[in-house]
Amino acid sequence: MSFLEYNLKTVPTGVSKVFYLNWAIILLLIAISGVGFLMLYSVAGGDVSRWAEPQMKRFAVGMALMFIVAMVPVYVWRNTAVLAYGMSIVLLVLVEFFGATGMGAQRWIDLGFMRLQPSELTKITLVMLLAAYYDWLDIKKTSHLIWVIIPVLVILLPTLLVLRQPDLGTAILLVSGGGLLMFAAGVHWLYFAGVIGSGVGLISAVFTSRGTPWQLLQDYQYRRIDTFLNPDSDPLGAGYHITQSKIALGSGGWTGRGFMQGTQSRLNFLPEKHTDFIFTTLAEEFGFIGAFSLLTLYGLLLVFCIISALQNKDRFSSLLILGIGATFFLFFAVNMSMVMGLAPVVGVPLPLVSYGGSAMLVLLGAFGLVQSAHVHRPRGKV
Amino acid sequence: MRRPPRDTEESARGISRRALFMGGAQLAFMAVLGARMQHLQVDQAEEFRLLAEDNRIRYDLIPPARGLIFDRNGKPIAQNEQTHRVVIKAEDVEDVDATFDKLRRLIPLADEDIEKARLEMRRAAPGTSVTVADRLSWHDLAEVAVNGPALPGVSPEVGLSRVYPNFGDFAHVVGYVGPVSDYYLSKIEDPDPLLLTPRFQIGRVGVEAKLDNTLRGAAGNKRVEVNARGRVMRELDRREGTAGENLQLTIDADVQNFVQARLAGESASAVVMDVRTGDLVAIGSAPSFDPNKFVRGISQTDYDELTEDIFRPLANKSVQGLYPPGSTFKMVTALAAIEAGVITAGETVYCPGHKEVGGRRFHCWKRSGHGWIDLHDSLKQSCDVYYYELAERAGIERISAMAKKLGLGTRFDIPMSAVAQGLAPTKDWKKRRHKQDWVVGDSLNASIGQGFVLTSPLHLAVMTARLASGEGIHPRLVKSVDGIEQPIVSDGPLGLGPTTMVQVRKAMYAVSNHQGGTAYGSRIIADGMRMAGKTGTSQVRSVVVRNEDVPWEQRDHALFVGFAPFDDPKYAVSVVVEHGGGGAKAAAPVARDIMLNALYETVPPLEAYPSGQRGIIKKRFEALPIGRPTGSEPSSDRA
Repeated sequence: MSFLEYNLKTVPTGVSKVFYLNWAIILLLIAISGVGFLMLYSVAGGDVSRWAEPQMKRFAVGMALMFIVAMVPVYVWRNTAVLAYGMSIVLLVLVEFFGATGMGAQRWIDLGFMRLQPSELTKITLVMLLAAYYDWLDIKKTSHLIWVIIPVLVILLPTLLVLRQPDLGTAILLVSGGGLLMFAAGVHWLYFAGVIGSGVGLISAVFTSRGTPWQLLQDYQYRRIDTFLNPDSDPLGAGYHITQSKIALGSGGWTGRGFMQGTQSRLNFLPEKHTDFIFTTLAEEFGFIGAFSLLTLYGLLLVFCIISALQNKDRFSSLLILGIGATFFLFFAVNMSMVMGLAPVVGVPLPLVSYGGSAMLVLLGAFGLVQSAHVHRPRGKV
Repeated sequence: MRRPPRDTEESARGISRRALFMGGAQLAFMAVLGARMQHLQVDQAEEFRLLAEDNRIRYDLIPPARGLIFDRNGKPIAQNEQTHRVVIKAEDVEDVDATFDKLRRLIPLADEDIEKARLEMRRAAPGTSVTVADRLSWHDLAEVAVNGPALPGVSPEVGLSRVYPNFGDFAHVVGYVGPVSDYYLSKIEDPDPLLLTPRFQIGRVGVEAKLDNTLRGAAGNKRVEVNARGRVMRELDRREGTAGENLQLTIDADVQNFVQARLAGESASAVVMDVRTGDLVAIGSAPSFDPNKFVRGISQTDYDELTEDIFRPLANKSVQGLYPPGSTFKMVTALAAIEAGVITAGETVYCPGHKEVGGRRFHCWKRSGHGWIDLHDSLKQSCDVYYYELAERAGIERISAMAKKLGLGTRFDIPMSAVAQGLAPTKDWKKRRHKQDWVVGDSLNASIGQGFVLTSPLHLAVMTARLASGEGIHPRLVKSVDGIEQPIVSDGPLGLGPTTMVQVRKAMYAVSNHQGGTAYGSRIIADGMRMAGKTGTSQVRSVVVRNEDVPWEQRDHALFVGFAPFDDPKYAVSVVVEHGGGGAKAAAPVARDIMLNALYETVPPLEAYPSGQRGIIKKRFEALPIGRPTGSEPSSDRA
């Protein structure tokens, strides 16, 4: 293991680790969250206390969490990956039984001081476990069938639990996130061709099961897919979200209507305007320039993650960074696709911008892992 | 485990290849997103901007109708009433001052209302409206509707509001609804959007609060066409919300009304419970208050009047008030001792008027003593020394266990606010709570329901019901939810010796039917309606003086528990009159009236009363505010 080859003179220790953090990533996180605060302030009609203030508090806590996670040597995280994954599975099972019902779906556990969404946590612990798995596994065995089935099961277990809640968005993120990590770890191309093939099969199963007793998705999820495929068919019915969201976006134009001047979100045309659909407000008020800038910030963050992964010679670390980067990518890619009418409305928040405590804390915690991998990367000759 | 370096390099090379590919694909997808953005926002901007100007369709919430609450016979206890109100949407108003000036000329508006509305308008989330005036007449509403075009942002609305037709009768049981507090909102992660609607009302106290989720229902929504100023032009379609579920309580509104009327003028409480099903037929607490005032927003003066009243009208004494049970606890001590085998029902104990334990003298209420006395007479005459002796023989742990068995020291699962647990003390409890060892004197005090023992009127009713039925029945307040009958909960038979139970019940019969019984004056003479019971007087102070000689708040609490008819028990009743003096004098007559009312299901006939008392009873009933809901009128006739 490469950690045994740690050169104590080159790997930073103690407080000096702070200087070796990937500050570019930290600055990008602050910038993106800052955009979020501005938008939450705007959607609340100039009220800080409604959404922006709680979000800022969570950001502060999340940042603190990130620094703490970053200070812990990365091998600790590798060694606890199985435990973390196990815990999040236990929590997922717990929400099935003890979770409070919010908005029709059982999604959180009340910890007293905050409500934890175990499904958010699982997105990260799954990446941790898979990275640790491929670090442990002999590289030559990576593409052997039996060693491919194991991580697939590891991905499917939480996915099925999450689907039961039902939370389609998280399920999609888990499967794609896990898949991307397996891809990064070097699993043979043919497997992915197979998975995509069976994915197509699954989609047809989803559609054929409709109306039968073993129906795989909830009715509302089917309706969302229907209206995605043809939003104009029912502009006042279930297609409402997408149509309204496109109108808000489109009316922004090049430069937007100006901060706090958006009419579409303000006039209550859109529900969930502070969570999943917050991007529409940004696009309406700041136009293409604002929306594209946010996309660029996300892109830069992704690029810095990939660079950090490339620099890292430790297998666990680089897989972990790639996995977290991929999960982050999936978050905003799915959200933006959905808001811009490229994907069905599945309920994935815009990372660090949408209002929501669990996602904010978990994402910042995840970037803590990225930082830990970055700070403790093996240096010099390996 | 250590991997050869070559392996690591091979790994790094592999990952780099895949990472670059993956990164490329991700960036490519982002390029697609950017292109889509450009397509929507630049290429199609004109088109969408036109659509946005044209966007006349808004998404509005329809608050659901709150579930109704009925009594066991289907009489309404909580209803929804249509109210006409005028709402205003801040962002659509051009000139706030002018708007209020115009409104003032159309409808009655106080300065206070306007100030409140202005404040709320500043705080309201965009897109939500603020209520300016509520409970308007149809005429006033029409005035606003006709003048609509001159009042941008102002719209007339018809909504539902809660009313309690029984006024104070159910104030403590059902409680009331009120606006959502900021504190409440801060406790929820992702609140129901309904809660954010200004002046949306949720249950604050009692059944309304405890079963709020059942009663609330789910919001529907409607899509409305609005003009550029946000004024609703027409409704396009609506998806009705789900109305809250209706509740049927086990309470009988007529009995409840009688109980409240009978208790009026005292600071008192009474519970009537079905001994077989556990159904709470009445839960009275006096004085009461008018819950409708809270729904409409109670004025400070009215509120101060309620909080400053020494009779504490806001306190729900029936489940929340804890009192030493006094002699009503003696059945517990007797059963504990007999079940433990330390005494038999026929065995006599000598009562010289006091008992010496550990150098302390514990008095019987009758200073001259009762002489040789057995179980039957000790209950009938409420001899204290007999129970001191039993406590010494049985010990506190057995007494406490028996108290628990009969339902004391238990927090019952009924949907009312602040249901108290009470206390059946044990040695461990005292050690934990007071860091002191249990002494025999504590057992002696407990044996006659003084000292640490604490019970609510609900506990006493449950205890009496369990004594009467021999079943570990639990109280039930909700009979059905949306027509679905709620289960009757019971721990099953108590497992006490049948002969012992009969002996205790017979002694309780003697209390209120045999000459010399403490409640003989409050007997029922109608055949088949005979009541068995037990009086209790719980001391508020330790010095013995006549109740009449001390101020009200230092007098003893008067208690009575009973069940009837004796031959085939139907109801158990408990009455606590705070600072009422002796149980026989202050509580037993009340309990008798309530019991007869419950059994006859009407104002009791005079034939049920001993002939000598009928004159007084007749006068008393004539003076009772029966049929007229209590609560709104101030309590008169203070002791």
